[in-house]
Amino acid sequence: MTPLLSLAGLTKAYPGVVANDDVSLSIAPGEVHALLGENGAGKSTLVKMIYGLAKPDQGEMQMHGRPFAPSEPRAARAAGVGMVFQHFSLFDALTVAENIALGMENAPKLRDLAQRIREVSDTYGLPLSPDRIVGDLSAGERQRVEIIRCLLQEPKLLIMDEPTSVLTPQEVDILFETLRKLSAEGTAILYISHKLEEIRTLCDAATILRLGKVVGDCIPRETTARDMAEMMVGKVLGTPTRTAVVQEDIVLAVNGLSRPSPSAFGMPLRDISITLRKGEVLGIGGVAGNGQDELLAALSGEMLSPPGMINFKDNDIGALGPNARRARGVLAAPEERLGHAAAPDMSLTENAMLTGAAREGLEKHGFLDWSAARSFAERIIEAFDVRTPSPGNAARSLSGGNLQKFVIGREVLQRPEVLVVNQPTWGVDASAAASIRQALLDLATEGAAVIVISQDLDELMEIADRFAALNEGRLSAPQPTSGLSVEQIGLMMGGAHGMEVAHV
Amino acid sequence: MDLSVINPILLIAALMSAATPILLAATGELVVERAGVLNLGVEGMMILGAICGFAIAVETGSPLTGFLAAAVGGAMLSLLFALLTQVALANQVASGLALTLFGLGLSALLGQGYVGIKPPRMPDINFGFLSDIPVVGPILFSHDPVLYFGLLLVAAVWVTLKFTRVGLILRAVGENHDAAHALGYKVVRIRTLAIMFGGACAGMGGAYISLIRVPQWTEGMTAGVGWIALALVVFASWKPWRVLLGAYLFGGITQLQLNLQGAGVAIPVEYLAMSPYIITIVVLVILSADKSAAPGSLGRTFHASH
Repeated sequence: MTPLLSLAGLTKAYPGVVANDDVSLSIAPGEVHALLGENGAGKSTLVKMIYGLAKPDQGEMQMHGRPFAPSEPRAARAAGVGMVFQHFSLFDALTVAENIALGMENAPKLRDLAQRIREVSDTYGLPLSPDRIVGDLSAGERQRVEIIRCLLQEPKLLIMDEPTSVLTPQEVDILFETLRKLSAEGTAILYISHKLEEIRTLCDAATILRLGKVVGDCIPRETTARDMAEMMVGKVLGTPTRTAVVQEDIVLAVNGLSRPSPSAFGMPLRDISITLRKGEVLGIGGVAGNGQDELLAALSGEMLSPPGMINFKDNDIGALGPNARRARGVLAAPEERLGHAAAPDMSLTENAMLTGAAREGLEKHGFLDWSAARSFAERIIEAFDVRTPSPGNAARSLSGGNLQKFVIGREVLQRPEVLVVNQPTWGVDASAAASIRQALLDLATEGAAVIVISQDLDELMEIADRFAALNEGRLSAPQPTSGLSVEQIGLMMGGAHGMEVAHV
Repeated sequence: MDLSVINPILLIAALMSAATPILLAATGELVVERAGVLNLGVEGMMILGAICGFAIAVETGSPLTGFLAAAVGGAMLSLLFALLTQVALANQVASGLALTLFGLGLSALLGQGYVGIKPPRMPDINFGFLSDIPVVGPILFSHDPVLYFGLLLVAAVWVTLKFTRVGLILRAVGENHDAAHALGYKVVRIRTLAIMFGGACAGMGGAYISLIRVPQWTEGMTAGVGWIALALVVFASWKPWRVLLGAYLFGGITQLQLNLQGAGVAIPVEYLAMSPYIITIVVLVILSADKSAAPGSLGRTFHASH
């Protein structure tokens, strides 16, 4: 059988880096093909070339045995390639129907389009109202908009870039039903992910990329997740070890915390209660946008709380700002690395100064002690294996994983009594993620209490003692992680958000 | 004080004329901002339009040709802004301010030979018996063509933005330029065209002042109208009909306070003179209390990175 799409020797270089080096693969009609690799392995560049967003320097692509060289996404769509983006390519202020019309070549009148959206969403079990404003939709619903936008063009090849990172387990099941149905109808799917268990349940074949090169192919059903991970990373991975013992003393008590969100499209916090003991790691899961950012802001002191809601060692700290809380030992590392956790254009030394000034004594009578700040930055770089030429380099110049190690390390080295981290390993490669997790566990062993807010359930199961989920700004009652099933977790996260399984 | 001096019919007719320069400039800027670009150079493009329109109208004897020249002049100046912000990726706020200063200077240079000259007059449209209808006639059917063009322009912009694919793409580019780019739309090209449209509208607004409102050329004669137009777009929540409302409100109160001054009302002139600014902004702030927000990418520099 002629493959639907075959790539031969694709090479693409950007200044200073070869993103793809002699990459070849082929996909048959109806095949679900996984593209695996760490961040920076060249997965995105490869699919950008297939979708016409980038031109290969060398090599050729064939579709149905004929040369295929889309000069722009429009040409790729005309040839039957659809793409669901990792960071949604949606317009918040426009309606669902308008968003879909923008992604189509010959969009029908909006009224006819609304009708077709309803038909397709019924057929594939993806309920969606065409008149709603996209800014008001949940992450899962937004993804449906993207998928339906692709399906309306009846693609031969559907590219999905990390589609499950924003979904609850139940929503993932429904998405997989839809994808299997599409595959049964003959649509090929190129599935990009680094969630190996998902790939093992869904995909027929996998191509593994490392540093822009193809390092292996495998049949995911017959390969263990660990083997695939080691192919991706190119070395043997260690598993974090937990030795911490949860002690009796309560360090942080949150009672009935309710706050409106400071941002317009944010989620208010509703009646959140947390009891955190010394040496404990509390994992907080949940789909993005359910109050994670707000909870971190309330705990770090960016958002102040009325009296009685947040107590640290029996002292009310609700009215204290971030610096006062830091001074007492409540530290936080927010999710957004560039712009929130670190100032992008400032050097690592300056960034170390920004949060370390109080606890590390980098400031005396209002004057800054730069040499102490520099040695503090050097200690972080040393202890957390941050790859950078010097602490004088701008935060922006570090790769995501390296900067994340720096940001987490900066807080860990300040000997916190309570540390709150949001998405500590988001966009970080597997080996860096493992070392960050180990550092958090070590911190708990030394007697600190850690709250890890994350969307990576595997991560939370690995390091947390207890698990709770945020849904619509409410926090479920924490459960011990040992013995917790995926179904239970999914229900804690709010179930399937009104999704239903495909029934045609 | 004699309020009977004020004739409400003439007042309304005059406010429509007083509002037209702001209306034209603000409608153009609305399109620019809906495409995600903040061009603070409206004042500069207006004053350049004012002198281009004036000079060409005087040289050719045709006010209509003057208006066309004003549109071309405004669009050319805005093209400089597009070059700076869309190609050279310069900061939009600074470029816009520079554009205003440059426009003021360039127009003063171009206008040196035109001080004290009277331009050819643009005749009103003859609606025949319609203009003889009491009340309605003088209000609706006694104006020059450009005033009606301004009203049509608002309607056309509204229809285009709301009901056409071109309008949808323009809004999409302004809402999220990265997403628009990912879908294969030419962000820079669309924005450049929007900027030129805004420039042409501002130019015509300026020419309306120099050819119809105050038929003469004086340096700096737009006197801040461009800034009012800019503020109007924001307070009108980027909606065309609210721009019309705001422009007429501003024009109306300007006329009313002039009439009140003429009637000798015992309010200090300074208060009367500031009243159009305050009342227009207060009304539009109250109106914009609903959930309508600025275009998502407004004022942000777009670069198609890899």
